[in-house]
Amino acid sequence: MNITLDSKDGVTLLKLREERLDAHNSQEFKDYLLRLLESGPKALVLDLSDVRFVDSSGLGALLSGHKNAGLREGRLALSGVQARVQSMFELTRLHRVFEIHPTVEDALAFGTGGTPHEPKPD
Amino acid sequence: MSRNRISLEIEIPTQTRYLGLIGNIGEQLARDLSEYTGDHDILAYNLNLVLTEALSNVIKYADCDSQVLRVCIHVEGDSLSIQVHDQGQGFDFDHLPSTEPEVLAERGRGIFIIRQLMDSVDYHKTQSGNVLEMKKKLE
Repeated sequence: MNITLDSKDGVTLLKLREERLDAHNSQEFKDYLLRLLESGPKALVLDLSDVRFVDSSGLGALLSGHKNAGLREGRLALSGVQARVQSMFELTRLHRVFEIHPTVEDALAFGTGGTPHEPKPD
Repeated sequence: MSRNRISLEIEIPTQTRYLGLIGNIGEQLARDLSEYTGDHDILAYNLNLVLTEALSNVIKYADCDSQVLRVCIHVEGDSLSIQVHDQGQGFDFDHLPSTEPEVLAERGRGIFIIRQLMDSVDYHKTQSGNVLEMKKKLE
């Protein structure tokens, strides 16, 4: 799995350099996120701009990262979500769970407060 | 103008590494449906998604290691039919979660998504195994 790691302003930046996040690689990505969170960083921004397809198991991996960041009083923000992938979040109503920003810069500007994003009410 | 009439039949090993291949074939098919008047990009993603979720579920539940899966995609006019044939023991489709799961649940959305995007979904036994069959009217 091709992931690049960087940091800026105390935030860990991940870029998933895969076209697809699906049942073939989602478990590997879920394990990677968990190991990363266990190693210390609390504020993560995940750049999904290279990812043009996400299935239900990919969403599950992202949810696992979101919940594990929250358990550690951290946050997992998403950025660069492509339009069709965004529609997948909306189909499953998960756009109300995740903190989603247009760009990495927007996610960084939003803050590094470490407050997990709670689901919005209907 | 002649009606869209396309039939594809593809056999793949029962491995998730082929999900992308089949998904991409579905996308390309959706983009080539000249009669379809809706958004081809949306149809392409949805067809990719339905194929990916269907194959994932069969690989996961049908207990068919070392067998092949046969995927049939048929379009005639505005009717789309997708069949995924497996040679495994099969599974109790009716006991898979088909309603929307808890919002923070990490699993159990696959069949729900297929049901959201297709008009009908059915899994039943055949002479040589089982088939997951999905249909949709393209409009």
